[in-house]
Amino acid sequence: MNNLEDEKIKYLEIKANNIRKSIIEMLAEAGSGHTAGALGMTDIFTFLYFHILKHDPKNPYWQDRDRLVLSNGHICPVLYTTLAHSGYFPTEELKTLRKFGSRLQGHPHREFMPFLETSSGPLGEGLSQAVGMSIGLKMDNRDALGNYVYCLTGDGELDEGENWEALMLASKEKLSNLIIIVDRNKIQIDGDTEKVMPLANLTDKMKSFNLFVQEINGHNFNEINNAILEAKKNKNSPSVIIANTIPSKGVKEWEGDYLWHGKAPNKTEAEVAIEKLNKLYA
Amino acid sequence: MLNPLLKLNTKIFNQDVEKGETRKGAGQGLVKAGIDNKNIVVLCADLTESTRVNFFAEQFPERFIQIGIAEQNMAAVASGIASVGKIPFISSYGIFNPGRNWEQIRTTICYNNQPVKIIGSHAGLSVGPDGGSHQALEDIALTRVLPNMVVISPADQIEAKKAIMTCSLTKDPTYIRLTRNSTPIITTEETPFAIGKAQIIYLPDVGLAHVGIIATGPILYKAIIAAHELGKEGIKTKVMNLSTIKPLDKEAILSLAKETKAIVTVEDHQIAGGMGSTIAEFLSQNYNIPIEFIGVENSFGQSGTPLELEKYYHIDILDIIEKVKKVLKRK
Repeated sequence: MNNLEDEKIKYLEIKANNIRKSIIEMLAEAGSGHTAGALGMTDIFTFLYFHILKHDPKNPYWQDRDRLVLSNGHICPVLYTTLAHSGYFPTEELKTLRKFGSRLQGHPHREFMPFLETSSGPLGEGLSQAVGMSIGLKMDNRDALGNYVYCLTGDGELDEGENWEALMLASKEKLSNLIIIVDRNKIQIDGDTEKVMPLANLTDKMKSFNLFVQEINGHNFNEINNAILEAKKNKNSPSVIIANTIPSKGVKEWEGDYLWHGKAPNKTEAEVAIEKLNKLYA
Repeated sequence: MLNPLLKLNTKIFNQDVEKGETRKGAGQGLVKAGIDNKNIVVLCADLTESTRVNFFAEQFPERFIQIGIAEQNMAAVASGIASVGKIPFISSYGIFNPGRNWEQIRTTICYNNQPVKIIGSHAGLSVGPDGGSHQALEDIALTRVLPNMVVISPADQIEAKKAIMTCSLTKDPTYIRLTRNSTPIITTEETPFAIGKAQIIYLPDVGLAHVGIIATGPILYKAIIAAHELGKEGIKTKVMNLSTIKPLDKEAILSLAKETKAIVTVEDHQIAGGMGSTIAEFLSQNYNIPIEFIGVENSFGQSGTPLELEKYYHIDILDIIEKVKKVLKRK
């Protein structure tokens, strides 16, 4: 185990808290959008963009950057907010989410925001694209230079068969430069993932595809850190990190409720939630 | 007569006209393109030999990726490969590519505007004995409706080779429609080719044409033969090879329409949504003249020899002659 310094953890916690506030604010302003997944993945996004990802907001097309593919595009409020807090664009722009002419499309569109690695929204396609990126980078020996492709997927979208086609290929091509993080929040639009379409023992399923699989608490920065470091040590196969997360994490009243999957808070709900978050690191 | 400016195959009217497969031409083009450009990558879904990308796979194994029978994954993987600077060609039968994987092509290739080149082989009724399940008759409609997409349907083996080599140099998502069987060689290595450029292949010896025939794919040969026969009856026609269906060569089509004031379109595809529809959409708004369509009419195919099927579904030489006479009466 390679624990982060307390100061680092505190720094990440405060960042994540600020990002959550921005997410809630922007969703309330937009009046629609996906709350639960965005808040649930905030800690992982914060960790990636503020600790481990090789990226440069001043030079988004930097050739040596790591690639981050968000497959479940509907949780884009967390992507946009993390990008803004990292310095890719002004945080004021977050208020334009889902509005006409905005770069912040309801689901990410690369034509509007060219520094995104890909557009997403229709589910089950990000993993294939990340596999393609990993293959392409490997062809140019960029894996040896330490370029990684991170693919973030939801658990619900694993219903799509294309994911399993992509996993077979990733395994066949021994894409050790690919790190897949599954948001295992156990909800999808129609309810509990295990009722809609049971994934059952996801770890065993993934292992049977010859992938290096780890399961973690997706809100614990030390666990996220160690899993990614272990994934990078693994040189023979793609890595999967199954991150158990709590939908709507951070706002107690909304946590775990699948109804928050596809709706935005109203102005009052947002104010109450933000007020509470404000007190956390006052 | 054949357009002398295009340096076409002069043996086209001979019984023993040389034949070749568009799929083979594409396979040859890929190898040539691959020699010049190290960024060209080929992906195939378990139909390597039959879509003729085996030539590339043998020469450049390090740039060939066997995807298995998973066309949806193949399309999205190619988008990812393109996003790191490669030019991927994805190869399968038209029915699966762009049929099976249409939404992946829409979202990950066209919506992202990635330079992925989609090879759909075994298109049309001309697949023959495999039957209706394998005869792609909807692929032009599926691809031409997509923003950013370029759609090319080469007329013969040589043109297919040129189409592949040319499109490997562009940044556009591109669909290349290919066929299985050996069909007459119409063009030569010297015939010019450009994406988006239609060509008048056959024209009257003297004077203006009465009817314009616009054809795409190897069925162009039948259009030329029909035109030749009609000429003997005193009906003058011009035959256009519309190998690029999108973007449309509007200037050339308008010029043909203005000269002939009657058009027949010819394709081995559903009439609905196909090349003829493109022409009708354009001319109805810009130069409204009678148009007749040769194509499959709201039907699936079945097993049979290509010739049997072409007769049965009315896309044969006699059908073209009949439609030309019909459109003449509507002038």
